[in-house]
Amino acid sequence: MSRSFYGGVHPPASTTIASDRPIRRVFIPKKVIIPLSQHTGSPAEPVVGVGASVKAGELIAKPSGYISAAVHASISGKVSKIAYSHTHNQARVLCVTIESSGSEDQEVKARAVENPLLLPTEEILNMIRDAGIVGMGGAAFPTHVKLSPPKTRPVDTVILNGAECEPYLTCDQRLMVEKSKAVARGLEIIMKTLGAKRAFIAVEDNKLAAIYAMERALEKTEDIKPKTVTHRPKPGEYRREAGSITMAVLKTKYPQGAERQIIKAILGRVVPAEGLPIDVGCVVQNVATAYAIYEAVYLSRPLVERVVTITGPCVREPFNQWVRVGTLLSDITAASGTFVKEPKKVIVGGPMMGAAQYSMDVPISKGVGGAVFMSGEEIDRARESVCIRCGKCIEACPMELVPTTLMYRVKKEMLPEAKEFGINNCYECGACAYTCPAKIPLLDYMKYGKAKIASLERKI
Amino acid sequence: MSKPLAVSIGPHIKDPVSTKKIMWAVVASLAPAAAAGVFIFGLNSLYVIIAAVAAAIAAETAVLSIRKKDVGAIRDGSAVLTGLLLAYNLPPQVPLWMPISGSIFAIVIGKQVFGGLGHNVFNPALTGRAFLMISWPVYMTTWQAPRWAPDAVTRATPLAVCKAGGGECAMLKGVTYLDLLLGNRPGCIGEVCVIALLLGAAFLFIKRYITWHIPFTYIATVALFSWVFNGPALFKGSAVFFVMAGGLILGAFFMATDYVTSPLSARGKVVFGIGCGVLTFLIRRFSGYPEGVSYAILIMNAMTPMIDRYTLPKWFGFVKR
Repeated sequence: MSRSFYGGVHPPASTTIASDRPIRRVFIPKKVIIPLSQHTGSPAEPVVGVGASVKAGELIAKPSGYISAAVHASISGKVSKIAYSHTHNQARVLCVTIESSGSEDQEVKARAVENPLLLPTEEILNMIRDAGIVGMGGAAFPTHVKLSPPKTRPVDTVILNGAECEPYLTCDQRLMVEKSKAVARGLEIIMKTLGAKRAFIAVEDNKLAAIYAMERALEKTEDIKPKTVTHRPKPGEYRREAGSITMAVLKTKYPQGAERQIIKAILGRVVPAEGLPIDVGCVVQNVATAYAIYEAVYLSRPLVERVVTITGPCVREPFNQWVRVGTLLSDITAASGTFVKEPKKVIVGGPMMGAAQYSMDVPISKGVGGAVFMSGEEIDRARESVCIRCGKCIEACPMELVPTTLMYRVKKEMLPEAKEFGINNCYECGACAYTCPAKIPLLDYMKYGKAKIASLERKI
Repeated sequence: MSKPLAVSIGPHIKDPVSTKKIMWAVVASLAPAAAAGVFIFGLNSLYVIIAAVAAAIAAETAVLSIRKKDVGAIRDGSAVLTGLLLAYNLPPQVPLWMPISGSIFAIVIGKQVFGGLGHNVFNPALTGRAFLMISWPVYMTTWQAPRWAPDAVTRATPLAVCKAGGGECAMLKGVTYLDLLLGNRPGCIGEVCVIALLLGAAFLFIKRYITWHIPFTYIATVALFSWVFNGPALFKGSAVFFVMAGGLILGAFFMATDYVTSPLSARGKVVFGIGCGVLTFLIRRFSGYPEGVSYAILIMNAMTPMIDRYTLPKWFGFVKR
């Protein structure tokens, strides 16, 4: 097995600083703006009105369909506004604003559940649904839906995605180091709901602390018999075949954490281009999601906080922090001395796939793992020059597309041809644009082409 | 937030490698071969190199300004590279108007007429060489003896000797493998010193600016066919001699690998390399010319769009319907 995949690029990691320090204690802001559509699917419907007093962890909006997710109050206080507002992905969605007077109890109450693994699957899924859990790696797909595939599509393998391939971000890595046991428990629950017999914990080989921490956590689980670890793991190496959960050390390469690529790297299975991981008997879940599942099932706590990395060349000391959902980015960085220089570009998400922001007053939603603050040289988009057919974009594309050919088709508005060349299989990882020596913004062309094709097809 | 923030589509970081960096790296990788050529053939070869490069820069600047393009693009190093490669493909004692006219043809007809950098079908330097070869064949086939040959002024290249001998290897006529490796033989300025060329090629490999696909398949194909068919009997040819004696090392590592005129994908590059090898062998063995590297590459340049059409990858997870 290869422990890798075709294509990919090697951006400089820049992750070390924030990954060495413990996650900061939870940040309680005076005000949160909680989007009701933080997930893929239909927006949640508010169940509270303006003026209502809410407690941290209380339901404020219920799912409005099967593919939807519940939303909870992340701080205690009064609902001051329910209105449309901008989110980090530039959508205008209905948001609930909660303001606290400063005197409320901000703790999210926990209620321990005895032996939840013995509960019926249906009940566990309900707990996950009621906790409003969505995929926390970025796509934010409602987790209870992903965990209840049709009976005709058996799942034999779960992959816990701790690859965290975006440069700069370290939230998943720190979570694995500090909450390794809880993450492992969450994984067991995922396996139970899916009826999967085995699982892999996938971590890139530059995150040694996370690898060791997860291994120690597995050792404490009863059905696993560990072997002694004496050397540094290499990519392509199984650290331990123990029980049903295996550590898989992956090569450090972007986009290693993409579902299709991580499945190829670990199992050698190829997800059909128009299909889903379930088509090859596989479900991939992010480590932060597994942690949220643990909190929901073992402690009955809804998803109202997550780890966020605050990093980038402008940040004096990059850090990870527990942040309540809906906290404004500007509130997290408000403390004086956060920045060494004024940021000129603010990216929510990682520097490869993240979205640049018009304003720092955007709420952190469930799927946001970090923000990167950039200045001067990194934001410079070097002038686009002509394609010299070097083929680096082809070498980089994990979907084995031909970005340069697609770029020419899109430029000339030859959209049916672009579709024929597979433009819709592009999932916008940006590896092509990262590597292009002619500095052609290939991803811009891909996005434009895909959007144009979609709009043309809607008209027909 | 007082000042507005910059907003763009990702990725928000980029690989520092640029077209300019790659071009100048290739120029640098060719430096050892230039030093060797000047050392072996004397100062005139240096003048030829300077004339070719200067003419290429002048021609590129002129055409860019006529086309109302950004003349600053000259700094990307592509014109310098064309001039340099053309000079490497000329005999050392040619009069200086030859590299000048060759460079002008290479830049104007070989490159800019097609639309400039990135759009030319044929390798510009080889286009220039073909033009000179057809126009002034005598100058292009008169060879100066290397500095270590005390008695001779002009001599035939090893491949020409071999051809005149009916496929007999020139090894018999006093040229050793070591001579070929060091460049002690008549030939073009930049092609003779194999060691210097390999040094430059190694640099390009380490920097990952070229891949193994074209050079390896090209050289292996020539070696195989030469071994089988280019000797006194079947399987009696000297593969090593035919790999080192002509312009193959220069062509395989520095000319056939030209990004613009070779296929995009790895598979296409393999097809391209094999095609170049077969054609080189055919020209050397059956045509009136002793050497076929430049024409082989030019012909395969013409095939590149077709090779691309049939060899571009299907996407990951493609399902036939």
